[in-house]
Amino acid sequence: MTPPDAPRGSIALPTYLDPATLPFPFCPGCGHGTILEHLDKALVRLQVDPKKLVLVTDIGCSGLSDKFFTTNAFHGLHGRSVTYATGMKLARPELHVVVLMGDGGCGIGGHHLINAARRNIGITVVVFNNMNYGMTGGQHSVSTPPLGVTTTTPLGQLERPMDIAGTVALNGASFAARTTTFHPDVTDLMVRAMSNDGFSLVDVWELCTAYYATTNKLSRKSMEGLLESLSFPTGVIVDQPRIEYAKGYRAQSADLVGQPAMVSRPITPQWNSALRRPLSWVIAGAAGKRIGSAAGALARGGVMSGLWATQRNDYPVTVRTGFSLSEVILSPEEILFTGIPSPDVVLDLFPEGHGKVAGRIEALGPEARVYRSANVAAVETRAKVTTLEFAAVKGFERKKESWTLMAVAAALRDTGAYPIDAFRQAAGEGNADAVEAGLGLD
Amino acid sequence: MREFIDGAEAIARGAIHSGCTFFAGYPITPASTILLHMTRELPKVGGVAIQGEDEIASMGFCIGAAMAGARVMTSTSGPGISLYSENVGLAIMGEVPMVIVDAQRMGPATGGATTVAQGDVQFLRWGTSGGFPVIVLAPTDVAECYSFTRRAFDLAERFRVPVFIATDKETVLSRATVDVLAWEEVPVRERSVAPADAPFVPYPKDAPRGVPLMSAVGGPHLVRFTTSSHDEKGYLSKSVAEVGALNRRLASKVEDHLDEIGMVEVDLEPGADVLVLSYGITARSVKEAVRRRRAAGVPISSLTVHTLWPVPEGAIRSALEGVRRVVVPELNLGQYRLEVERLAQDFVDVRGVNRVDGELITADQILEEVAA
Repeated sequence: MTPPDAPRGSIALPTYLDPATLPFPFCPGCGHGTILEHLDKALVRLQVDPKKLVLVTDIGCSGLSDKFFTTNAFHGLHGRSVTYATGMKLARPELHVVVLMGDGGCGIGGHHLINAARRNIGITVVVFNNMNYGMTGGQHSVSTPPLGVTTTTPLGQLERPMDIAGTVALNGASFAARTTTFHPDVTDLMVRAMSNDGFSLVDVWELCTAYYATTNKLSRKSMEGLLESLSFPTGVIVDQPRIEYAKGYRAQSADLVGQPAMVSRPITPQWNSALRRPLSWVIAGAAGKRIGSAAGALARGGVMSGLWATQRNDYPVTVRTGFSLSEVILSPEEILFTGIPSPDVVLDLFPEGHGKVAGRIEALGPEARVYRSANVAAVETRAKVTTLEFAAVKGFERKKESWTLMAVAAALRDTGAYPIDAFRQAAGEGNADAVEAGLGLD
Repeated sequence: MREFIDGAEAIARGAIHSGCTFFAGYPITPASTILLHMTRELPKVGGVAIQGEDEIASMGFCIGAAMAGARVMTSTSGPGISLYSENVGLAIMGEVPMVIVDAQRMGPATGGATTVAQGDVQFLRWGTSGGFPVIVLAPTDVAECYSFTRRAFDLAERFRVPVFIATDKETVLSRATVDVLAWEEVPVRERSVAPADAPFVPYPKDAPRGVPLMSAVGGPHLVRFTTSSHDEKGYLSKSVAEVGALNRRLASKVEDHLDEIGMVEVDLEPGADVLVLSYGITARSVKEAVRRRRAAGVPISSLTVHTLWPVPEGAIRSALEGVRRVVVPELNLGQYRLEVERLAQDFVDVRGVNRVDGELITADQILEEVAA
């Protein structure tokens, strides 16, 4: 947030607060009003264009804050303020985005804080850290001190407080600081945070006079002792500028801008198919055996021959192991149902996929064809079974990753579904040898 | 001109052609392919695509970007929709134009990552607190993935509401021949923005057709957005009159304009006493069943619901006229059948054909119930 945004030649803005909304409605002694006055002073010092400034508020008493300012305002869900801020900054990098959230928001939205810091997205987070949930009745938060008594820790807090500023500092924030409403440096730290082009956070500890401070007899003096006892130092924790994410993204992708996006890859039919009815294929094999790409070539070759085609793939979530299954339908007409209750052609090539098709092969009628490799167990079936001897093909004995394409070529030759030349083209030049080897299989 | 592509590519292309400039998403099967397309392609049009730290963040990024002037889309599957839920409510409340793709997979919970389902159709409508309406479109094939995505962007602009594309693993990940020249080039309207030189009221009561004009954060006006009940200026309000009026407008701006939103494909045959009503991937099996039934010389009618929400009640009611039986095949245990039962008169026999095992419903299964 840098001064050049100030309207040049005009009178400096004396305040960003809207007098019609004042005084602040916070409890007597609550630190929220003090933080907002510091924020106003910081904004006045920086003279940010209010139209380029957005205050993003979280949930809780601090969530009321945006209404007192004559700026853009976005009041969102609990803990998610950092995400809206990030979205706005990504879409419009020239915006100055300031998030106002409590320690409660830092708890429920801690994941977003850490990741915003990692990204170094150019937003400033001001934490209204009063060590408990004020708006909902004094429950404990991520920053409730050890043994602190709250309505949900009546016997004393057992969890260790989160070092909010330290956490973002450790995870890539380019500026992080901690202070209290009793320190004189709050305005200065906010100015530094907002001037930093990157993720900044100012963690401001304060008293909740409605709940935490009262129940735990916390005062200005004991607050300092508390931070010391927690080894939470005040002042600047990190100030290490690095490339801001929205800028980095645009710099990284600058060369791509203007390139054609989502380009069509039309297929012009150059061949004709004599197919009169749908021909459905199931190709069963294993991960790494190029099942999907062989099935894709089979389907694309069909499209090149004027047919309609569909291709469904099935595989376990561990994509590099286990079975791999592709189902292809070729049809002279548009294909409505993409399932294959009873396939016309089954390729049963590797043990990993065998179990997936053995039952289907068993149920086939005499008009169906099965092409199996010697690697899989034979299945009793009425279908015509051809055993492909890949190991006998010179040069391809060990090239198992080519066997699927070879088998498809052999089966396509037998079915005559469409011209082999279309398949040759669909398979690509790099696979020409495998296609020819497949055509040579008996 | 033919192509061989999957639904994910069609959706991404539809988004880019609709002027989408921002995408955020979190990896999840079977929606990740859309994230990959958008990641690769959006920078080419000067847009931004980002993988959020989770689904909640992805929705938050999209909402922030939309309010800063971007056209936004996100994609996920059922488990991710669960995490989108609260922000869907925020997008309804703050009137955020956005497109959300749900590539449905089988539930409950993580269910089956790579198995097809249609189990989110009531969830999409009722999945956020308050029960206010959203728009849900259900493409039946790859071509409709493209045209419905464009429609979704258009409706999002028109109504300032989250528009869902309820698709599924099968449609998104299966490749099919598409006739690109036959694709419907749905026009996508520009964002209606408030005039720069006039005072801006973010949520006026008397907005034309119930939908306020937008002004991007960072543009000519000061803009207020809030997740809470608010007055016209976007300030928190507890006024009974203001809150009541706002909430009724959030519902009526969608529900009173079914004529602009509701899409169905009607295939009624004179003399048919059975209607098959379906949507999404299942409608393809229905078409196959209808083709076979008619080939056998028996009349049969079918209705494909393209806009699941708001329910195209008029079209469904008129298709039900003179019908003795309605068969509703769904890849869930009868969710949309509830809507049909609500609309059908007592004497109509409403039957479901349902699968929740990861397999598609076949034409045979449908015909069995048609003829039973």
